[in-house]
Amino acid sequence: MKKVLSVLVGLCLVMAGSTLYSDVTSAQGQVTVLGVWGGGEEEAFMEMVRPFEEETGIEVLYEGTRDLPTVLTTRVEAGNPPDIVHLTGPGLLMDLLRRDAVVDLRDVLDMDAFTAEYDDTWLDLARGDDDGIYGIFISADLKSLIWYSPPRFEEYGYEIPETWDELMELSDQMVADGIRPWSIGLESGAASGWPGTDWIEDILLRTAGPGVYDEWIFHEIPWTSPEIREAFELFGQIARDPNYVYGGPVAVLTMDFGDAADPLFTDPPRAFMHRQASFITSFIEDRHPDLVPGEDFDFFPFPAINPEHGNPMMGAADMMSMTNDTPEARALIEYLSSAEAQEIWVGKLGKLGVNTEIDPAAYPDDLTRRMAAALHDAPEFRFDASDSMPAAVGSGAFWEGILNYVGGDDLDEVLEYIESVAQETY
Amino acid sequence: MIKGRQNKWAVLFVGPALFFTVAFLLYPTVNTIILSFMDRYSENFVGLQNFIYVFTSQTMLTAFRNNVLWVIVFTSFTVGLGLLLAILLDRVRYEKIAKTLIFMPMAISFVGAGVIWKFVYAYRPPMVEQLGILNQFVIWLGGEPIGWLIEKPWVNNLALIFVGIWIWTGFCMVILSAAYRGIPQEIVEAAKVDGATEWQKFRHVVLPSMKPTIIVVAVTMIVNVLKIFDIVYVMTNGQFGTEVIANRMYKEMFAFTNFGRASAIATVLFLLIIPVIIFNVKRMKEEEA
Repeated sequence: MKKVLSVLVGLCLVMAGSTLYSDVTSAQGQVTVLGVWGGGEEEAFMEMVRPFEEETGIEVLYEGTRDLPTVLTTRVEAGNPPDIVHLTGPGLLMDLLRRDAVVDLRDVLDMDAFTAEYDDTWLDLARGDDDGIYGIFISADLKSLIWYSPPRFEEYGYEIPETWDELMELSDQMVADGIRPWSIGLESGAASGWPGTDWIEDILLRTAGPGVYDEWIFHEIPWTSPEIREAFELFGQIARDPNYVYGGPVAVLTMDFGDAADPLFTDPPRAFMHRQASFITSFIEDRHPDLVPGEDFDFFPFPAINPEHGNPMMGAADMMSMTNDTPEARALIEYLSSAEAQEIWVGKLGKLGVNTEIDPAAYPDDLTRRMAAALHDAPEFRFDASDSMPAAVGSGAFWEGILNYVGGDDLDEVLEYIESVAQETY
Repeated sequence: MIKGRQNKWAVLFVGPALFFTVAFLLYPTVNTIILSFMDRYSENFVGLQNFIYVFTSQTMLTAFRNNVLWVIVFTSFTVGLGLLLAILLDRVRYEKIAKTLIFMPMAISFVGAGVIWKFVYAYRPPMVEQLGILNQFVIWLGGEPIGWLIEKPWVNNLALIFVGIWIWTGFCMVILSAAYRGIPQEIVEAAKVDGATEWQKFRHVVLPSMKPTIIVVAVTMIVNVLKIFDIVYVMTNGQFGTEVIANRMYKEMFAFTNFGRASAIATVLFLLIIPVIIFNVKRMKEEEA
């Protein structure tokens, strides 16, 4: 009887135990990677690491989830982190640093070679308070871009605007021609609102400059300050005005960001301009396969507003950090930081390279090459502020505030609300 | 000797149940309550700070208001419509088909239903072809398309609640229909013989006989709706004043990694459900006695 009992109890324990360890954990000769990529992006990632796998015999186990912060938080808390994780912003890195869950790469990478291949911008963005380097960037997206259709601009006789005033004059001209100048879509499922935060960031960078922008990220100036108010107002002039924006504010709030470039290409056009990051090209190509990149659709940089601050570029980037120090993870992070790896990655996806050694010929087309050049030649680069702030503000109250403001809420109330969340968060 | 052996058997039978109750119910509950008095990283004791947030912040007050709205509208419509359909469909020839159709949404997950209804509610500007069937109807009736999910505070909340009603009415109908069939024919006929009208029959015979079942169904719906999350998360993520308690808890926990606040919200939600459970247990005991 005793035996039966102990066997039963043992079985219970084994069953309970096994459920706790079902997550992907790496054995020797393996390295686990957690990222947000799925579909074509996942394929491109696997293609990028294939030469690494062939050369070293290490197997890369990739796990993709759109809900990365959730999965990452759970696994770090459970003491079962992936070896390498893909971070979409400095905000996530700060959280990992706070939990002491990320490895300093100064002991991992050949620092002389590494610093030679990357501009300071990309080193500073991955630097912790102790000067450690806690991540490498494998690609970037440029956000300060306005998309348009060159044939349409030619047809209507429009010129590319160089300043904000010219941009607004052009907008008025388009209104006079009977077509809405802008198409904006803020809907993005549970992340709705982010395209609007990009607008505010681009405007603030140009009205108040990178210095104020940095203070804003770290909440050294309140959300109710005049600079931020002005940025919201300039955005509101466009997004809240049914004459300026396709479908009026209701369409702005309900249109999926991926659909928002479509009104530029209908016949007749329903809008002329669309402000969106470099990755919108893949949406456009997907929906309008007959359009030629660079000919039928093209970009111009978000124009300067205050000449003093010129035309800084704003964007986001894909960072890879090491959350588990194994020899296999070290080898992979070293490989991912190389131009050789990134050429495969940017070539497949049309993302913009960060490593300065990348051969421009690696890009799939001329349009992407020009965007990469715009990124490298930018006088100043700033990371997307909403991704750099603590999540409760950057992806909580800021998104919410943008949606409520476009929806018609009073600006003071909106800014006071975000400020109140910021005060209890920082 | 015999006693010792009995103890072992007792351990064998009670042990696993006890283990799972403690490990998966008691421990998480106690731990959540402890965490609700700690800061966002669960390191320092912060007293009632998280609970002050729960009961004073604008966001949470909106969430409470919406949960109350959900409880009232969702419960009364699922149970009310379920009852009505159970009784009315009992008298028609195409009963089976009608009931199957109404029960069908039950087979769809909340997330799936959220996605489907997001299409139904979709908005396109008046000058282009509509995607959402609902706005197309509005246009056929000569109106302007409406942003169903952003029109606050009533239109969007009711639009979300309607999705819940669509899913759960079938379930209520099936249970209530079984109870309706279970009413002894004798008393109904007796009422008929006494000259009762249809309404009197319903009010004084059918309703009292079904009361216990109606209460069980209503309580199940209330517990269900207090925890409502998926529909809101998928369709609006609580934007435009549609926040509910459970969605806020998820955000604080997983999006903002504020463990203290998320635990405080969870604790409050737990406390809200307790009276309903106590009521239910009490009633079950009364019935047994």
